[in-house]
Amino acid sequence: MSQPTRRSASPAGQTSASPYATGGTSKRQRSQAMQSRVRSTLGVLAALIVAVLFLLPLFWMVSSSLKPEYQVLESPPRWLPHPVAWSNYPEALTYVPFGRYALNTLFIAVMVILGHVLSCTLVAYGFARFRAPGKKALFLVLLATMMLPYPVTMVPLYILFSRIGWVNSFWPLIVPAFFGSPFYIFLLRQFFLTLPPDLEDAARVDGASTLQTIWNVILPASRPAMATVAIFSFQAVWNDFLPPLIYLHDQTKYTISLGLSFFRSTYDVRWGYLMAASLVTMLPVVILFFLAQRLFIQGITLTGLKEG
Amino acid sequence: MAAKSQALPSPRRRAGGFARRETITFYLLIAPWLLGFLLFVLGPMLASLGISFTRWDLLSPAKLIGLDNYEKLFTRDPLFWQSLKVTAVYTAVYVPLELAGGLVLAMLMNQKIRGVSVFRTIYYLPSVLPAVAFIVVWIWILHPDVGLINTLLSYVGVDGPRWLANPRWSLPALLMMSLWGLGRGMVIYLASLQGIPKHLYEAAAIDGASGWQSFRKITLPLLTPTIFFNLVLSIISTFQTFTGAFVATNGGPLDSTLFYVLYLYRQAFQFFNMGYASALAWVLFVIIMVLTLVIVRTSDRWVYYEGERG
Repeated sequence: MSQPTRRSASPAGQTSASPYATGGTSKRQRSQAMQSRVRSTLGVLAALIVAVLFLLPLFWMVSSSLKPEYQVLESPPRWLPHPVAWSNYPEALTYVPFGRYALNTLFIAVMVILGHVLSCTLVAYGFARFRAPGKKALFLVLLATMMLPYPVTMVPLYILFSRIGWVNSFWPLIVPAFFGSPFYIFLLRQFFLTLPPDLEDAARVDGASTLQTIWNVILPASRPAMATVAIFSFQAVWNDFLPPLIYLHDQTKYTISLGLSFFRSTYDVRWGYLMAASLVTMLPVVILFFLAQRLFIQGITLTGLKEG
Repeated sequence: MAAKSQALPSPRRRAGGFARRETITFYLLIAPWLLGFLLFVLGPMLASLGISFTRWDLLSPAKLIGLDNYEKLFTRDPLFWQSLKVTAVYTAVYVPLELAGGLVLAMLMNQKIRGVSVFRTIYYLPSVLPAVAFIVVWIWILHPDVGLINTLLSYVGVDGPRWLANPRWSLPALLMMSLWGLGRGMVIYLASLQGIPKHLYEAAAIDGASGWQSFRKITLPLLTPTIFFNLVLSIISTFQTFTGAFVATNGGPLDSTLFYVLYLYRQAFQFFNMGYASALAWVLFVIIMVLTLVIVRTSDRWVYYEGERG
């Protein structure tokens, strides 16, 4: 880890000195270059320290997840497990039916992704391309609902879903997705506005209906935006806690987060198992994050900045 | 907004029929959201207001009791005040920390250093992790005897507190835990930091401005729209803190982490006081609305908008 520190100091120093590099080197320029070199070395050092602080919890989790039962509560704790108890993983995952929880969550996630992509595309296209009285006001309402705290509607929604017999089923977690979500509608609308309208005009001249235009022209041009919606939806479902907690009562219907919370409240002495289960819970999101980091960041900055 | 008008073939010459057809298409396209808004947002909000004037356990019919729930809440319920206090104190400490911390991380990542994308990934990673797993890991890290924090403290001769089990340290412990998620704010800051034109800094450097001066006079003013945005989002989400309190401490010890939404959850789904819970929900809604409005109203005093963007 020390190597990048040494090497990175010089290019940073060069670039910040470059605006003055035209007229030879004076004393002032040299001391400035020196100063910026010191500053960038300090910067790298700070970045490294923060990185270690951010990684330590993960390291601790992995290390604890591989400790044999008798070593987990040893004081003072060891930094590395010895021997390595790989068996914690299969044992933890069968102690509580994590496979079932993962499948439940996956099913909900796929349905929610489908719902969001279908509904948000239509709504966002409407907001991006059509003029109508009341549109501006409706768009403001849409933006406002993005800020609406879930707890405010939580109780009546529960009563509504319990009246139609949907409590203890996946429906309350899935069906609302087919009615759009302000966050993704906004994200897609912003994206559609960047698409040149020529292709759509051409399609319309050829007699394509609005739905045909969306299907044949907009969707193929919007793959990165759709991927962002899908990834964010997956992550949201995988991480969601309060709604599943309210609606899912049967253990066989638990989502992964609910299962982990249940595991923790029931077996909280078996920390090796708990850490193994936590790591497995994190894994899909972490993998997805590494595969699509750019999309994650784009999604956040897009909705975070435009019209902010 | 310009793209929208271009989208239509010669909007100036549109006939009435065309405009009407366009209106119909618009409303058909947004129908799913509009329906969802009425069904899952506006309807429930109004229903919530109505239910808050009743006593209702879902088993027997709802009984209209006027403002009793609100009266009880404000005058006879110490737990309401406790939950409000916990949430307000936590928000007041956490939000500034999050804003400043996210900015510091973003500034670190805005340097030209080797491996900057690796650092950025490391900082950002914790904030995408599932909340429950994130919290379970921290419960273990905060373990009083063999946890990471107290182990590190013991190296420097400090006997660490019992964190989540001690009413004085439980809230600071949750605070420390949340700081692991600073990367989210960082990403938003970073995007706007990178949008600041380099020539501004070059001009300032030629005029002999120090690093701190260009931060104060260039970076900070140009970041105020982002700070404003982060501030609003951060307050709204911190006021709704639930999962950490539920999983890590379940409100304890001695109600020291009884967050507002946790109390609301208990009233609704453990005691089935739907009327009372709805009153709590509306009070939360009003608090968040007022806070947001205050920030928005005062924003023209400190948020800087570039002329062309305004």
